[in-house]
Amino acid sequence: MNVTIIDYNSGNISSVINSFKEVAKNKVNIEVTAELNKIKSSDKVVLPGQGSFKSCVDALNSINGLVDTLNEFVINNKKPLLGICVGLQMFADIGYEEIETKGLGWISGKVSKINNQNGKYKLPHIGWNQLNIVKDSQIFKGIKNNSHMYFVHSYELIPEDKSVVLATTDYSTNIVCSVEKENIFGTQFHPEKSDKIGLKIIDNFINL
Amino acid sequence: MLKNRIIPCLDVKNGRVVKGINFVDLKDAGDPVEQAKIYSDGGADEICFLDITASNENRDTIYDVVDRTSKKCFVPLTVGGGVRSVEDINKLLNCGADKVSINTAAVQNAKVVEDSSRKFGSQCIVVAIDAKRNDGGWEIFTHGGRNPTGINALEFALKMEKCGAGELLVTSMDKDGTQSGYDIELMQKISSSVNIPVIASGGVGTLDHLVDGIKSGASAVLAASIFHYGTYSVDEAKQYLASKDIPVRI
Repeated sequence: MNVTIIDYNSGNISSVINSFKEVAKNKVNIEVTAELNKIKSSDKVVLPGQGSFKSCVDALNSINGLVDTLNEFVINNKKPLLGICVGLQMFADIGYEEIETKGLGWISGKVSKINNQNGKYKLPHIGWNQLNIVKDSQIFKGIKNNSHMYFVHSYELIPEDKSVVLATTDYSTNIVCSVEKENIFGTQFHPEKSDKIGLKIIDNFINL
Repeated sequence: MLKNRIIPCLDVKNGRVVKGINFVDLKDAGDPVEQAKIYSDGGADEICFLDITASNENRDTIYDVVDRTSKKCFVPLTVGGGVRSVEDINKLLNCGADKVSINTAAVQNAKVVEDSSRKFGSQCIVVAIDAKRNDGGWEIFTHGGRNPTGINALEFALKMEKCGAGELLVTSMDKDGTQSGYDIELMQKISSSVNIPVIASGGVGTLDHLVDGIKSGASAVLAASIFHYGTYSVDEAKQYLASKDIPVRI
């Protein structure tokens, strides 16, 4: 099996690469690339993302044909994709970080700044917070409710259709922290930095 | 609920740990990778490396250490010490650091903080503030605490938040190494003034000091000696905080 981590200059993806390689061992081939042919022929794709919504969308768009290839992979061919952090946020129609920016539009909704209740909550939301699992999913196989995951973000995905929500986390409000829509999976938290339990989620994705 | 973080810090010089953990089962007590792994296996919420390599020729050793650590530890890794430029930050991130802490360079040229947070995201830019009490306030120092700047710590903290820092690592120079507890007033003043998380550092000698640090408003507490010398394990520290009703990840 081939799993491709999309390398589109979205900031630091070393930790994502290291964690997938750790989990994959020699059983699964992990590619790190933005080459369209390699993405097309892979079985699964990981879309990481750090920095702002706008900078990640711009970076995706700056690689000719990448967005079309991802659309084909996800929408036409229905192959599994995992978005991490801003990678998940870009599933939305629109994001409001820096300036209004169009997303991939795979999950209807928007990405807005977390309501910090006039400074009562610090932003970014940094650290370990608990999963409140609201729906069963293959990627949470063996993961207990209330498990801790590592978060770093100031913006949250607000999907229109709540049935895509797999889990929320409590910070100021119930923040959507994991989604699933058919073959599209996403985590707002960083499984690659969430110790053994995070690696388990990566393992679950690889074994889908 | 968001948990308060416990961050053990390791001083690294020329690729080796300066003050090591006195554990018997270590194959190589000077290897930062092995020590970081012990901390992460023990429940550390994050690991911090402070590179105190003096000469430029040996700077590359830290890149190798970060690279090897990030292949073994799957909790966030912060690296600081001697970070001068956006290029230095880029290199550390590429080796597998999750956050980079900037001290002297941030004071000398705030643009480094602005540029790097725009380029890599605020989430990976930590500004380290070394502060010492003076008449009625705190003054920040650079170059590992050697050079006074005349700059007020509180004003500097606010400026760094504006420049895009994602977190502030605040060390009291009066308290550092004394094991008499954090400078609570300093932590309170800074964490109540900024809207970004503050990591308290400098002076931890007992587990109650960690409790006081969190109660001062800090989101995370950093400690070196109590963990280095095996006085307490990270797990003991967390159990103690939990017993004082402080939310931690156990």
